[in-house]
Amino acid sequence: MIDLVWLIPLFPFIGFLICGLGRNVLPKALLGGIASLAVIVSFAVSLGIFLQFDAKTAAVVNLFDWINVGTINIPFAFQIDQLSILMLLIITGIGSLIHIYSTAYMSHDAGFGKFFSYLNLFVFFMLLLVLGENYIIMFIGWEGVGLCSYLLIGFWYTNGEYADAAKKAFIMNRIGDLGFLIGVFVIIATFGSSSFSAVFPQAQALVSGDTTLTLITILLFIGATGKSAQLPLFTWLPDAMAGPTPVSALIHAATMVTAGIYMIARSNILFSLSPVTMSIIAVVGLATAIIAAIIALTQTDIKKVLAYSTVSQLGYMFLGLGVGAYTGAFFHVLTHAFFKALLFLGAGSVIHAMSNEQDMRNMGGLRKKLPTTFITMLAGTIAISGLPPFAGFFSKDEILAHVFEHNVVLWVIGVLGALLTAFYMFRMMFLTFWGSFRGTEEQKHHLHESPAAMTVPLIVLAILSVVGGFIGVPEALHGSHWLANYLSPIFEASNSRLGELSLSHATEYALMAVSVVGVIIAIAIAYVKYVKNGHVPLADSEARPALAKLSYHKFYFDEFYAALITKPLDALSGFFYKTVDKSGIDGIVNGVSKAPVEASKGFRLLQTGNVGFYIFAMVIGIVAVLAYSFFKF
Amino acid sequence: MNLLILLFFPLVGSIAVLLNRNYAKQTALISSIITLGFAVSMLCNFEADASKQFVVDLAWMPQFGISFKAGIDGISMLMVLLTTVLTPLIILSGFNRTFKHTSALFALILFMQSALLVVFTALDAFLFYVGWEAALIPIYFICAIWGGADRIKVTYKFFIYTFAGSLFMLLGIIYLHLQTPGNTYDLQAFYALNLDSSTQAWLFWCFFAAFAVKIPIFPFHTWQPDTYTESPTIGTMLLGGIMLKMGIYGLVRWLIPVLPLGFAEWKELALILCIIGVVYGSIIAFTQKDIKRLIAYSSIAHVGLIAAGVFTWNLQGLQGAMIQMLNHGINVIGLFFVADIIINRLNTREIALMGGIAKIAPKLSITFLIVVLGAVALPLTNGFIGEFLLLNGVFQFNIWAAAIAGLTIIFSAVYLLRMYKNVMQGTLNELTGSFKDIHGSELVVLGVVCALIIVIGVYPQPILHISEAAVNGLIGEVNSKLAF
Amino acid sequence: MDNITATIQVVPLNHYILLSAIIFTIGVIGVLIRRNAIIIFMSVELMLNAVNLLLTAFSAYSGDASGQVFVFFIMALAAAEVAVGLAIIVMVYRNTNSIDINVLNRLKW
Repeated sequence: MIDLVWLIPLFPFIGFLICGLGRNVLPKALLGGIASLAVIVSFAVSLGIFLQFDAKTAAVVNLFDWINVGTINIPFAFQIDQLSILMLLIITGIGSLIHIYSTAYMSHDAGFGKFFSYLNLFVFFMLLLVLGENYIIMFIGWEGVGLCSYLLIGFWYTNGEYADAAKKAFIMNRIGDLGFLIGVFVIIATFGSSSFSAVFPQAQALVSGDTTLTLITILLFIGATGKSAQLPLFTWLPDAMAGPTPVSALIHAATMVTAGIYMIARSNILFSLSPVTMSIIAVVGLATAIIAAIIALTQTDIKKVLAYSTVSQLGYMFLGLGVGAYTGAFFHVLTHAFFKALLFLGAGSVIHAMSNEQDMRNMGGLRKKLPTTFITMLAGTIAISGLPPFAGFFSKDEILAHVFEHNVVLWVIGVLGALLTAFYMFRMMFLTFWGSFRGTEEQKHHLHESPAAMTVPLIVLAILSVVGGFIGVPEALHGSHWLANYLSPIFEASNSRLGELSLSHATEYALMAVSVVGVIIAIAIAYVKYVKNGHVPLADSEARPALAKLSYHKFYFDEFYAALITKPLDALSGFFYKTVDKSGIDGIVNGVSKAPVEASKGFRLLQTGNVGFYIFAMVIGIVAVLAYSFFKF
Repeated sequence: MNLLILLFFPLVGSIAVLLNRNYAKQTALISSIITLGFAVSMLCNFEADASKQFVVDLAWMPQFGISFKAGIDGISMLMVLLTTVLTPLIILSGFNRTFKHTSALFALILFMQSALLVVFTALDAFLFYVGWEAALIPIYFICAIWGGADRIKVTYKFFIYTFAGSLFMLLGIIYLHLQTPGNTYDLQAFYALNLDSSTQAWLFWCFFAAFAVKIPIFPFHTWQPDTYTESPTIGTMLLGGIMLKMGIYGLVRWLIPVLPLGFAEWKELALILCIIGVVYGSIIAFTQKDIKRLIAYSSIAHVGLIAAGVFTWNLQGLQGAMIQMLNHGINVIGLFFVADIIINRLNTREIALMGGIAKIAPKLSITFLIVVLGAVALPLTNGFIGEFLLLNGVFQFNIWAAAIAGLTIIFSAVYLLRMYKNVMQGTLNELTGSFKDIHGSELVVLGVVCALIIVIGVYPQPILHISEAAVNGLIGEVNSKLAF
Repeated sequence: MDNITATIQVVPLNHYILLSAIIFTIGVIGVLIRRNAIIIFMSVELMLNAVNLLLTAFSAYSGDASGQVFVFFIMALAAAEVAVGLAIIVMVYRNTNSIDINVLNRLKW
């Protein structure tokens, strides 16, 4: 079964080809069916491998030699271990649900076939990313998902803003990718290979704090900040909401954006040996989590709220990685994939019902019209807020427990962020589903619950969001933490270096109690403000208090980047073109050719045409020559 | 398979085109395909080791030490493939255009192919120089007769620019010729010379001038954007796709192995110039309003990286340069052809006037996107293989150089996607409203280009294998001389 | 022949050189300062004849006849020159009604 791993990416690729080539020929139902089936079959194969795989070491499947130049040998090879298997299950599992959902969601779109071909291509690249046996294959997937993200964000490219958002996503990802690529070069130069099986054992022999390792890990982390939307490269993700909603669910919530966490978890031994990088990751992660949460507080677009929430949750995952809670961070990847995909799909269902309205100021009171969507989204919201026993509680709690042990200040800020999360998520729920309807009559008339193809995935994901956390119930709550045991071969080396969590059960209970009580209070405040008092966010034109304004305008990050990078570069471009190239270098070149012309203009004046002058010059010349020869010899 | 047939068959084709005026395009295409057939059959008989194969050595002007000596090793083989694969595509790209004096244009293209093949296979400096200058003649006429409004001035500048560079090289060749024991122009005799380092240092700049102008390396590049913009696109493809590779090939074959000490003395400076070119070309490309000029500046950035890879003189850098020469040829032909299709239909080069074309031209939008992705070096396209190896080579030289040269990964995405967005995406306007999708020969050319981009990107190993032994041999030769 | 040579040698060589130099200088000055084409032409002849005189004198003093052969060449040449030159002057006169050489200044730039 494990030898058949190449089938997993193959099916989505075939799906991509069929949908891409047959997009105008085949009927929509068939296209959607083929695309969904491709991912479902991949899921089945992944499940088979998951059930069969019990080895403690990774299995490597070699396909062919890709690049072979001197000492650089890069085989096209796949690696199967616990980490990649879990990622396979997430990608193909949630991927299948989202494909099924999309068949209904996109049914009225002219680009139906194109959409599914892109979606399948994305799954293909994402699978390459997690299956790659070395950093280069990972990089193929890494950039490939970036491409699909570009294509899908710009899916409705006739809208110039959407096309710009797509471009921005690709370019910001590329900034990170350069860091990743150079990091890979350093890895190859240091370890002589980019294969995981060659790099990690060698790295284990190095001492903690090795400068090369620090360099490598910082460069890799730069890559991760691009792909996983962390400070300072996170601004593309909210703009990426320009894409169709299923895309936001699959790419910009559940899978692609977690690639950075996957990569760091995969390279955990390198990071465990670089305490400096670990601190940077923790701080960046926490800062992103807080800033994104603050921005989410005032957003009015339902997808933007979820986007900033994603950025914030990714920040938590990085915070977890930064304090060495690899299992916790990965656990959060899993649970977040469930509930954030659910929330996005739910939001999609709302948008679908509202005839493409995304502004929460025009929603309200939808819970009666969209009961399934409402119940499932509520489950997702509780899960993300971290109330037991929903999935988010366990993963977030595990991260925060590690943070507490690491540094109490970080923990306080982290819990604060969790409270903000609960507040803005319930604000979104209250604004959307409670109160009275604020949209137009036409929209009200059109309101309907989505078809089964959309609600069934919602229900499945809701169930997962509720029970998904039980795979990682901590010892303190009398669980066995199946996930930690399952992943132990991957994180063994790191855990033995960083040490296990050594908090007493009493402390753990206290931490849980603090966060749960805080979350309940935050929800209560949101309830009072948005349901009891019926507060609706201000219109764009109205003045806001300074802090709210800062939050509403996303801390002016985009404006800041435009002023600091984009505009100066464009100005530099003009300067180089006009001044350096045209006037400077070309001026010199033209000057060289002009010099003889100018000189000849001067010299031609000697030709007076006066014969007497010529003869006079000749005589003078002869006299001069004679005089010279007389005095010389 | 006799090398002479490969070298001179295009000339026969050229005459055939002139005789067969009514079917000039078809005759030219058939001729170039037959030449490609010769090249492929040579590839089949080719052993991928460091030796020179299919060597022809005829006495030409023996009293002056000049012989007609040509042969093929792995490096030349790649260049021959580059020339013979791209020429049919270039000819085919002219199929649904009308030109004045059609037969003359296509005869000149075939003549140029012959000259280029001579340059890439010559093992005698005199022959190399003859081919080098002979390639300039047809492109001069192509630009000057079929070019845009400003063609005479621009072509004149281009000619003087490159010719001035070449004369320095001629000076260097004659000097080296006089130093050889039997006064010959043989490449091996040049390799065997052991000149002192100060002589090599000034000779280095003589050769460098010629190659740097042709490539072009910053700051010798100012002819290039003007010429690329004003030439007919078919000429731009010849220039950007094949001819500038003469310069890089010259670095690899005629500059560094002949003057290893000069190279050792100046390589840092040369590398810095190349890397400046990468960043400089990219940044200028950001704000170009003319689609051809934008691609021209992007080409400066891309070839700057190739040249930088050569100057690192390690296996990864050189192999990257080898495969990237091929890739750049393919990509630049794709880009310029797309630009030509668009310019031809809209009668403007202004990017600002375009937009929304993807909606009504899906085939063009897909092929254009693939070409753009190849140019921005996305993995699984050909560009990635080349840039990965090149950047790795530069990295082995210096990490900061790699970081700065690596900016091309970001910058190329910026300017090419900006161009793609402004041309293809957004809403249709009056000008673009009646745009017709590509069909017929256009589809064939872009289809082949896209197929090459993906095939090389997915499975580059056969191509890397062709040149590996030869590259290794050259590196070994130079390093053994530097060891003294 | 010896007789003539002896006769010539009666006068010291320096005198011939001095005379030739004077005649030559007169010719040069004539060419430089006069504008009349005919006079310039005559001045040129004066220079030629100065040279002829010098050649003859040197020929006699060194006993080598080839100098006198040169003189004949020069005289033939001068005759040819006069023929062509006068023809040009006539043409110039027909076209410009003048033989002032300063009128002929179109040959510039």
